[in-house]
Amino acid sequence: MAAASGWLGRSIERVEDAALLTGRGRYIDDLGVLPGTLHAAILRSSHAHANIRAIETKAAAAAPGVAAVITGAEVSALSSPLVPVLRAPLEGWPIAVGRVRYVGEPIAVVVAADRYLAEDALDLIDVDYDPLPALVDPLAALEPGAPTLHDKLGSNVASDRSFRYGDPEAAFAAAPHRIAVDIRYPRNSCTPIETFGLVADYDAGEDAYDILANFMGPFSLHAVMARALKIPGNRLRLRTPPDAGGSFGVKQGLVPTMVLMAIAARVAGRPVKWIEDRLEHLVGSVSATNRVTRLAAAVDDDGRVRALDWDQVEDVGAHLRAPEPATLYRMHGNLTGAYDIRNVTVRNRVVLTNKTPSGLNRGFGGPQVYYALERLMQRIAGELRLDPLDVIRRNLIPADAFPYRTASGGLLDSGDYGRAIEKAIDEGGLAQLLAWRESARAEGRVCGVGLTAVVEPSVSNMGYIATVLTPEERRRAGPKNGAQATATIALDPGGAVTVHIASAPQGQGHRTVVAQIVADALGLTPADIRVIGELDTARDAWSIASGNYSSRFAPAVAGTVHLAALRLRARLAHSAAGKLNVPAEEIEFVGGKVRARGNPDNAMPFARLAASDHWSPGEASDGDHVLRETVFWTPPQLAAPNDADEINAQLCHAFIFDFCGVEIDRDTGAVRIDKYVTMHDCGRVLHPGMVAGQITGGLAHAIGAALYEEYAYAPDGAFLAGTFADYLLPTATEVPAPLILHTESPSPFTPLGAKGVGEGNCMSTPVCIANAVADALGAATLDLPLTPTKICTLISSREGAAP
Amino acid sequence: MPRLSADARHRVAFVLNGRAVEGQAEPRMLLTDFLRHVLGMTGTHVGCEHGVCGACTVEIDGVPARACLMLAVQADGAILRTVEGLAPEPGRLSLLQQAFRRHHALQCGFCTPGILMSLDNYLRDNPDPREDDVRIFLTGHLCRCTGYVPIVAAALDAAARLREMKETQT
Repeated sequence: MAAASGWLGRSIERVEDAALLTGRGRYIDDLGVLPGTLHAAILRSSHAHANIRAIETKAAAAAPGVAAVITGAEVSALSSPLVPVLRAPLEGWPIAVGRVRYVGEPIAVVVAADRYLAEDALDLIDVDYDPLPALVDPLAALEPGAPTLHDKLGSNVASDRSFRYGDPEAAFAAAPHRIAVDIRYPRNSCTPIETFGLVADYDAGEDAYDILANFMGPFSLHAVMARALKIPGNRLRLRTPPDAGGSFGVKQGLVPTMVLMAIAARVAGRPVKWIEDRLEHLVGSVSATNRVTRLAAAVDDDGRVRALDWDQVEDVGAHLRAPEPATLYRMHGNLTGAYDIRNVTVRNRVVLTNKTPSGLNRGFGGPQVYYALERLMQRIAGELRLDPLDVIRRNLIPADAFPYRTASGGLLDSGDYGRAIEKAIDEGGLAQLLAWRESARAEGRVCGVGLTAVVEPSVSNMGYIATVLTPEERRRAGPKNGAQATATIALDPGGAVTVHIASAPQGQGHRTVVAQIVADALGLTPADIRVIGELDTARDAWSIASGNYSSRFAPAVAGTVHLAALRLRARLAHSAAGKLNVPAEEIEFVGGKVRARGNPDNAMPFARLAASDHWSPGEASDGDHVLRETVFWTPPQLAAPNDADEINAQLCHAFIFDFCGVEIDRDTGAVRIDKYVTMHDCGRVLHPGMVAGQITGGLAHAIGAALYEEYAYAPDGAFLAGTFADYLLPTATEVPAPLILHTESPSPFTPLGAKGVGEGNCMSTPVCIANAVADALGAATLDLPLTPTKICTLISSREGAAP
Repeated sequence: MPRLSADARHRVAFVLNGRAVEGQAEPRMLLTDFLRHVLGMTGTHVGCEHGVCGACTVEIDGVPARACLMLAVQADGAILRTVEGLAPEPGRLSLLQQAFRRHHALQCGFCTPGILMSLDNYLRDNPDPREDDVRIFLTGHLCRCTGYVPIVAAALDAAARLREMKETQT
């Protein structure tokens, strides 16, 4: 670990910022392209569900500047469907082949000399639709006789698995109370301000594709794309630009369009560039899943929960696209949240409907699970007339139980949940907030307080998705596990240090933290270190877990950088030992110098040592040429699911305890957040400024999800949120400054003791706000988003009821 | 207004960050596309192309405006400032830019150029704003990374330092 006086742990200014603040960022649409590069526009379906009788493209192909028009016919001739995680008869093409299944599904691509001409030509394409009945409600899609989206599947259920841990039947039979919640979690998305973008090229001579895209991983999808393009992986070169304008999981959704535009480039014989516009992004890119959950608990009189019974119906939209149904299984080891509950039964169904296919989105499964679980905890308190805080406290995993194995196989690495809660209550002023509520209510105002406790998982086990398969299917497919992270540190002939990471940063400031870590290890300053964040699969070290998701940077990537720096330092120390005539153990790296401990005059400049094996490798002791260090690191705790379907889906588990106070305007139904307190134990904090940024940014996303945002559909499958005037994001007046508190329980499983912190408030905050609104209105059932219309309906039903 | 032919490209000339620039544009070309792809000034970003997100905000004749809601030909003869014109010289940042860096008021930086252009203009006319005023002013911009809290802090900090600088100058 770095010394207390080191760079790590300090909120230094980011190395990224000077360029971004002066308009010199290098985002995908800022980069030069090869001469002759064409520009693509996509014709998208206006029907939610229809067979395509014919597509007339002749006029478009003859339009000015048009080089090619590509439809499902070309794509199906030159590629294979995107392979799903499940072995199911689902044809996952990146463009409609004979049938459209959601509004916004690509039907044709025009490539032309510029984007304006390409869009002109879209208007000349004539599609003859034969409309089919559309399915929007996942429960309706389950019904016998419902129209099917994928006829070969025979129904709309792509997967139906049941799980049982402990003895849930006995626990339910013995418990005095069975308390349940019914939840419909809506669709939403974190909508980065930069949309998708890519440039694709095809080399016919080598049958190889080159794609530059603001894709964020996981790079396991590289294998899916190569297979769809019918080439070995070494013929798909995937590159990312230096800067990306946010992702929050969403840019994983570029995969089908990358395949589509690769084929467009092949057909056109020229490079093709595509920059998604905002309307396309909202209607047709990717969405978080909506989910219907019934969650029941077996509860003792004092609020102790003895068992949970989960029934989850996951709506993945029109296609099951890898890595889905990962949203449903990411939380599988954490279905008991922060609580010590040993008996769990689960039924998970994955359903197809006529909506945009789902994919990664900040929180990824956490919002859906915790909304049900933490609404349930509040309902338990309400029904048994207990204090909600006492119900939380009574069920917490005790501090002496860590590392704690959950009923479904999760391994919670560290924590002291009780202490974190007491500290939050004290420093956050819960007593004062409750007093405020009482005095406001006495004045007739509509106020409420919400609480929530969640465990925030991070660093995905690449094997967890296999939990959707049966043990027999898993045995046939072979084990999948681990989470390979990688870092490379190179020394150049001038002795300067360059670090390469494969985390595909999208604005979080990875390069700054990496520079801090390496500076600490080598006795340099962050300004001495150059960090390269863009990834090139043809040149760089990478693996399937590479990328920027499941909050893996601080625990996995930063930790791997630390290991690489330590290993390089050890090799350099060995080399310096010969030059300074002291044992390697006596060598220290301080202030840009390498010196003998205890004799600082026996020293040489770091740069001279670092350069020496470029210029005089013949002098190297025992022939170890210290030029470059690449480390791959994967935690042993991430095993494949076992035959009992137990899975540790994530490596790290941070703890969050939130509470908030809201006031509701009785006339308008508007919800105002008066106070928000969020306590985090994310292990060791590497950069407090960035951690605060992740928490506040996640809070803003969650406020949007709780109060404003919904990818809404009409009953006929028409999309109702196609602009930023319809899909409302929170602005500066809707996001209060939260009080952020910390405790630190370092993870014993990560090299730096850090845990992920990027997604927690997307899990805790929606339900915390909902619990406060439920408290204010005395409402039992509450679904997001809590729009003024919904709130006004609740107020009028409450005030209409007998006292 | 001159009469322009839809089929032809027209000369568009204006002053950009203190220098005369010109290029050719069809009448339908957006000002954002002209700035970015004709003039190569890619600091102005495109986030929604329907005037909601504010990422493309530039200053036109002293007034902040959405470059995505304007045609390039409409800017002919105007005086424009973009994010590339905010720093006093290469390698140095303006007080507002420094405050953004100090407060971590940006993460991905995609919305930042528009916010900087709006705030730079706002703080000239409102040297001592209240926090609520800054928040209300910022509602014209969408940021998905920061939750706005550090942006508000940076704006107030920059305002204080700009006032200090003015006092020492007078």
